[in-house]
Amino acid sequence: MTRINRRHFIAAGSVAATASAFGLARARAQEGVNFAGQTIEWTIPFSEGGGSDVWARFYAPYLGRHLPGGPNVIVRNVPGGGSITGTNEFVARAQPDGLSLLGTSGSTQFPFLLGDPRVQYDYAKLQPALVSPTGGVVYIPASFGVEDAAQLGQLTDRELVYASQGATSLDLVPMLAFLVMGLNVRHVFGMTGRGDGRLAFERGEATIDYQTSSAYLTNVVPLVEAGDAVPLFSWGVLDGQGNVQRDPTFPDLPHFVEAYEMMHGSKPSGVEFDAYKAFFGSGFAAQKPAMLPEGTPPEIVAAYRKAFADAVADPDLQANKGDVLGEYQQAVGEDVAGLYEVATSIDPKAREWVRQYLTENHNVRF
Amino acid sequence: MLETLLLALTNLMTLQHMGFMGLGVVLGLAVGILPGLGGIVGLSLLLPFIYGMDQTSALAMLIGLVAVIPTSDTFASVLMGIPGSTASQATVLDGFPLSKQGQAARALAAAFSASLLGGLFGALVLTGFVVIARPLILSFSSPELFALTVFGLSMVGVLSGSNLAKGIATAALGLACGTIGAAPATGEYRMEFGSLYLMDGLPLVIVALGLFAVPEIVDLLRSQSAIAKEATLGKGWIEGVKDTWREKWLALRCSGLGAMVGAIPGLGGSVVDWIAYGHVVQTSKDRSRFGKGDIRGVIAPESANNAKEGGGLVPTLLFGIPGSGSMAVFLAGLILLGLQPGPAMADRNLEITYTIVWSLALANVLGTVLCIVAAPGIARLTTIRYALIAPFMIMVISFAAFQATRSLYDLVALLAMGVVGVLLKRFGWPRPAFLIGFVLATQAERYLYQAVQFSGWSFLNRPLVIAIIVLTVASVWLGARKRPGEAGGAVSTEGTAELAQAGHVWPQLLFGAAVLATFIFAFSESFRLSMLGGVFPATVAVVGVAATIAAMAPLAMGRLGTSANFDVETTKRENDVPGGAWAMIAWLAGFVGGVAVVGFFLSLVGFFVVFLKVVAKTSWIRTVILTLTAAVFMLALARALNLVFPGGLLQAGFDLPWPLR
Repeated sequence: MTRINRRHFIAAGSVAATASAFGLARARAQEGVNFAGQTIEWTIPFSEGGGSDVWARFYAPYLGRHLPGGPNVIVRNVPGGGSITGTNEFVARAQPDGLSLLGTSGSTQFPFLLGDPRVQYDYAKLQPALVSPTGGVVYIPASFGVEDAAQLGQLTDRELVYASQGATSLDLVPMLAFLVMGLNVRHVFGMTGRGDGRLAFERGEATIDYQTSSAYLTNVVPLVEAGDAVPLFSWGVLDGQGNVQRDPTFPDLPHFVEAYEMMHGSKPSGVEFDAYKAFFGSGFAAQKPAMLPEGTPPEIVAAYRKAFADAVADPDLQANKGDVLGEYQQAVGEDVAGLYEVATSIDPKAREWVRQYLTENHNVRF
Repeated sequence: MLETLLLALTNLMTLQHMGFMGLGVVLGLAVGILPGLGGIVGLSLLLPFIYGMDQTSALAMLIGLVAVIPTSDTFASVLMGIPGSTASQATVLDGFPLSKQGQAARALAAAFSASLLGGLFGALVLTGFVVIARPLILSFSSPELFALTVFGLSMVGVLSGSNLAKGIATAALGLACGTIGAAPATGEYRMEFGSLYLMDGLPLVIVALGLFAVPEIVDLLRSQSAIAKEATLGKGWIEGVKDTWREKWLALRCSGLGAMVGAIPGLGGSVVDWIAYGHVVQTSKDRSRFGKGDIRGVIAPESANNAKEGGGLVPTLLFGIPGSGSMAVFLAGLILLGLQPGPAMADRNLEITYTIVWSLALANVLGTVLCIVAAPGIARLTTIRYALIAPFMIMVISFAAFQATRSLYDLVALLAMGVVGVLLKRFGWPRPAFLIGFVLATQAERYLYQAVQFSGWSFLNRPLVIAIIVLTVASVWLGARKRPGEAGGAVSTEGTAELAQAGHVWPQLLFGAAVLATFIFAFSESFRLSMLGGVFPATVAVVGVAATIAAMAPLAMGRLGTSANFDVETTKRENDVPGGAWAMIAWLAGFVGGVAVVGFFLSLVGFFVVFLKVVAKTSWIRTVILTLTAAVFMLALARALNLVFPGGLLQAGFDLPWPLR
């Protein structure tokens, strides 16, 4: 089938979709979507070897297997500009024909949420097909004598040091979390990854740190077992209603909101907490969305959502997911929209507050 | 431990595992030969295939590739004078002169045997060190890392040629270029001119290719002949091996240096070859031949850069922290294989680590053998008229350059750095000093800031910091001491030139003024920034201004005898093309301009046809055959990497099918 033919068909399909009942239209439309013999290009605005690259490369063969027609799915890396470049390029050039897919990360969402003028993409216009959450655990040295979050009040007089990748990087989430929590933390910037931060912690330079789940399990759990480190809380995950729940990887650890209650005896609130929640959602609970370009016909979007749902249900994927996906519930099918909304939106007041906070405290210019 | 070691070996010694390792080695050799392409490209080619492979086979294949790249990248360095990868720039300095003197075989044999020694040493380090490395690696905090970057910067002293001020000014220029992009302390963008491209700073590969490859291609084209006058490699295979054997202690010292630099996370291996080169110069009695074809100048960097890989695997496996770009891709491979690096690699998963060790050792042996077998054939390239080689070289370095961000800007940056490289070379501003400054800029600034933040200025009292500073001072003293009858302890990396006469010094002064203007610009820019973001570039600019004035003032005052007086264009060349260097730069600019209009692929085809007809003056048949060869090669490589070529105006206006897209 040539491009033009398919477009005609798609146009007809979308008319049908609006005319008839939603479920029926979707079923009919999906019958018409067929990618046999075609190559689907999954743009990743990061270089080879990063977390998003590994995530896409892991998903690619399963996506290909479950899309109608069994197309070949390849990953195309477009690195540079802190992932803004590749994403800008995608929204400017990708055709809404189902052959182009985009995968971004918190590092791409944050500049969008902060209103960075270099951002030319609008998440509201893209069509999400999958959202992958991730998580992490905050820990401190055992030498402080703090056993859990309830005893965190002992540390409010003490200056803690956090080794950060930068004020507008993913480490904005811990920055806001510590602020909401009322901890006195000095941020030392310029780390090139969370691994760097962990090394600084192990060397005794940093005195509070977090690691993403898989790195925590392999590299920090041995420190905890050796009696050198104490876990405080996990970031947690979001349920379908947008409530924070315990991280399935760490069911015994309180999540951030619980830890706040343990320390302060009440639930967190206020504009700081709204800001934290927006960036926590975008950076962890809904970190990696896979999206189709603006204007992609609904039946193609539906085909992708179904393919991702089938891929996640594939026992082969479940057997191999290991550390790439971890224990996290992948948002597919009907769940996508809610989590995607969380990853890509922020209350204007909270946005204004964060911008001002970063400008006043960390020399960030917008 | 010994038992695990043997178990890992027997596990690896199956036909299937060895077959995959061989595959990795062959691909690694092929990628290594192509200038500018290194581990990142090679591993990216393999990543899609490891999915579903068994762990041992996949590891053997990945490591096979990583292990041999620093072996085969020697070909380009020695035979073409173009660094085969960022780790073998220093090899060019003595390897290429040897090649021109008809001693390519000796240089290659010495390089390969030194590489083998270094590679095996690296594997040995990984075997023993990985079990005890944890506390040692943790003893290097930001203060120690800062001291080590200062040690690295001190190598500028030896690589400054006869004029130290010029060397320091060049290093400052490199440092200033290195500060482009986000400030480590504050994340503020510096000298990025509002462009997204410069946000991440200039890519190292592009700087290295621009500085070293472009000027060499320009020079060779102007000479209008083949690289080597003789039709053979020359004899000396045995002699080269003997050279390494005679210098075995040097090779071992440099291997140790390479493994150490590789093993310390955060330092990065990009300057390890220069540190090794600086070391051999500092510790040698007779330094008169360095830069003109001293075999020790080949052995030192080559043993260090292979040992670096073994060392670099230590933090990658133990802490999951990649020391370089290629290690980052390797790490991704491990995670796709279901392996999460961490302390268990020295404990529960020790067998996996030892599979890697054996793969590293065996791949080094296999790679060396294959390189020696392939050498005579590859060396024949140097007897071909360079005008036929040049378009292929330009194609490969452009391809390597746009791996950075896959955009036209990469090629523009290559062109700009190429012009800088040609000028630095012409006026005898030592390019290695520029590169060292560039690479260490971010690290020097980051670690100084972090050291002060974490420990205050008292970080200078830490014992290891003091030890490294003492070492630095000793090494500078060793390098600077003069012997009777010797001009000084430094190597003229840019060759020699006759003193320019009165009335002909204006190009040098003009260039000096441009450098000065750059520093002044960097200084003024730093006032836009916060104190933490601006203090480093401002300091660099002040040092740069002072050094440039110190170097250029005597010349400006008409003292032509100063050692700063250097312009290779003073002497008329035996052969030259009309327009000289600028004409050749114009060809490159034309190609890049073509990309901006019709995209990479069409521009490449057009460039090949026009260049071969006009410069190489080949027949139509040959022109078509060579162009087709190039096109097919590019398409195959781009296909394998899922690449879309950088586009131009044509691509912006029309939606074309791949590869024109």
